[in-house]
Amino acid sequence: MKTILFIIQKEFKQIFRNKGMLPIIFVLPLLQLVILSNAATFEIKNIKFSYVDRDHSTTSRALIKKFNASTYFNVLQAFPSQAIANEAMLQGKVDVVLEIPKYFERNLQKEKHTKLGITINAIDGAAAGVENVYVTQILQQFNKKLATKLMQPTDVKNRPKSIESIPLFWYNETLNYKTFMVPGILVLLVTMITLFLSGMNIVREKEIGTLEQINVTPIKKYQFIIGKLFPFWVIGFGLLTIGLILGKVIFNVPIIGSLPLIYFYTGIYLFVILGMGFFISNFTDTQQQAMFIAWFFVVIFILMSGLFTPIESMPQWAQQITELNPVKYFVQVMRMVMLKGASFTDILPQILKTATYAIVMNGLAVWSYKKTN
Amino acid sequence: MIKQNVIEATQLTKKFGNFTAVNAITFKVAKGEIFGFLGANGAGKTTAMKMLIGISNPTSGQANVAGFDVYKNAEDIKKNIGYMSQKFALYDDLTVKENITFFGGIYGLKRAVIKEKATVLIDELGLHDVANDLVGSLPLGWKQKLAFSVALLHNPKIIFLDEPTGGVDPITRRQFWELIYKTADNGTTVFVTTHYMDEAEYCDRVSIMVDGKIEALDTPKKLKEQFKVNSMNDVFLKLARG
Repeated sequence: MKTILFIIQKEFKQIFRNKGMLPIIFVLPLLQLVILSNAATFEIKNIKFSYVDRDHSTTSRALIKKFNASTYFNVLQAFPSQAIANEAMLQGKVDVVLEIPKYFERNLQKEKHTKLGITINAIDGAAAGVENVYVTQILQQFNKKLATKLMQPTDVKNRPKSIESIPLFWYNETLNYKTFMVPGILVLLVTMITLFLSGMNIVREKEIGTLEQINVTPIKKYQFIIGKLFPFWVIGFGLLTIGLILGKVIFNVPIIGSLPLIYFYTGIYLFVILGMGFFISNFTDTQQQAMFIAWFFVVIFILMSGLFTPIESMPQWAQQITELNPVKYFVQVMRMVMLKGASFTDILPQILKTATYAIVMNGLAVWSYKKTN
Repeated sequence: MIKQNVIEATQLTKKFGNFTAVNAITFKVAKGEIFGFLGANGAGKTTAMKMLIGISNPTSGQANVAGFDVYKNAEDIKKNIGYMSQKFALYDDLTVKENITFFGGIYGLKRAVIKEKATVLIDELGLHDVANDLVGSLPLGWKQKLAFSVALLHNPKIIFLDEPTGGVDPITRRQFWELIYKTADNGTTVFVTTHYMDEAEYCDRVSIMVDGKIEALDTPKKLKEQFKVNSMNDVFLKLARG
């Protein structure tokens, strides 16, 4: 136990003495949290909208006005013909083109039926889908008003009963994407920093030759590993704390669930990541190698964590791989506890899986660390 | 009186794939002896030493260090030996005192003992003015003396020195050897590798390794007689050139 304290003391001294390292550990990740949380948005805004109006009627102008009023659309300009509009889309100047045909108003009044042309730039398929929904919504609202206007008093009894759905958005009532993203990005930063730090730290001692000096001492493997990893465990908590404060202060992210529960889970989770870092450093000889391997895992962990893309939409085999992704569990737990107020029993499956992972990872780390080669 | 052996190696061998770095070396080192372990670069000195200090597993052969077997009790050996590597292996980003505290600590010394030892050590090495300076800022000679003293903190039975005076000026080299003598006088066995043949003359006994084998082993005086030359330098040249 005393031996471990000596190592911990030494590690903290080295970490806090390294003036170049401190900002990397604490300032950069938090800058990332602020920047990414604002930038990593799924909301489609500022859609570049333009139109070709061949009708020039009151109704067509009213429709365009409707788009103009929407906060999602920036109505740019009118094109004289569809060909010119297409050209503009090719150059990326517009996202959506609405084509209003001739006799739009007349057909609407006489036949109660008409057609519109919508062209959407679908290079980004997901964005195009969302844009289509927005356009459709505006057209539906417009339709409804129009229908009321055109209806004769005698029609009232024949009026079709329409079904209207009123959505209630639970856990994130205002559909604020930041509420969704901040906990996830925080997870990412805690993971990245602790994995890189723990992975590089021991390899660094290999590089400068001090690891050999330690290996000729009677120190026990577990003492060395605990002593080495404990400081990064603390740093992980430090990052989480600062991140949660920033999330609350800057983004006003709700923390409905229990904070001790978040810290409890994070404690287990950090064991997984630190064990992994140690494991990586046992198989590498230079900091570059360790960095590349750590990156390899981090990229997979991030993209398969459900942070940016829902795991449910991944192919079956990919979903199975995500079972091995610790970041996935941490993202789930953070979102569940912070936004839904999940309790200990709610996140018990995640806790058990993470704890198992931690035991396996640290077992591998201890096993692969050899004082004698 | 028969001297007790603290190192006994028998047919000790280390192979890396097809390459035999250490080829069946057999030798004994007595307690309190200064044993010079000589050889050209790449002759296998460091590899042999790593097997004796328990950080490299031998491919075959036997070795017993400080009464413990290198296969079964490597960790017990480590309690009883000190080691100073070729590469400076204290922490450059810790101060003199912090390095002493850390290494004392991982050898299991109590804080009070460490403090006491640190005072004596700093005093002996004349490091008063730099005791709170980062080790990285010290000149190489001072660093080497510090590394040597740190390796002795836990009063080991044997100290292994791998080219301790490489790149050090002649005056410091002399001081370093004074430290070595003092250590040996206290009953600690010194196992030292070097490339300086004048240093070889200071050793009680010397072995010379060529291509993984020990080609000569005796006192410097007898080796010179055996090869009919006047200096260890000539002994070494005769052997190394084959």
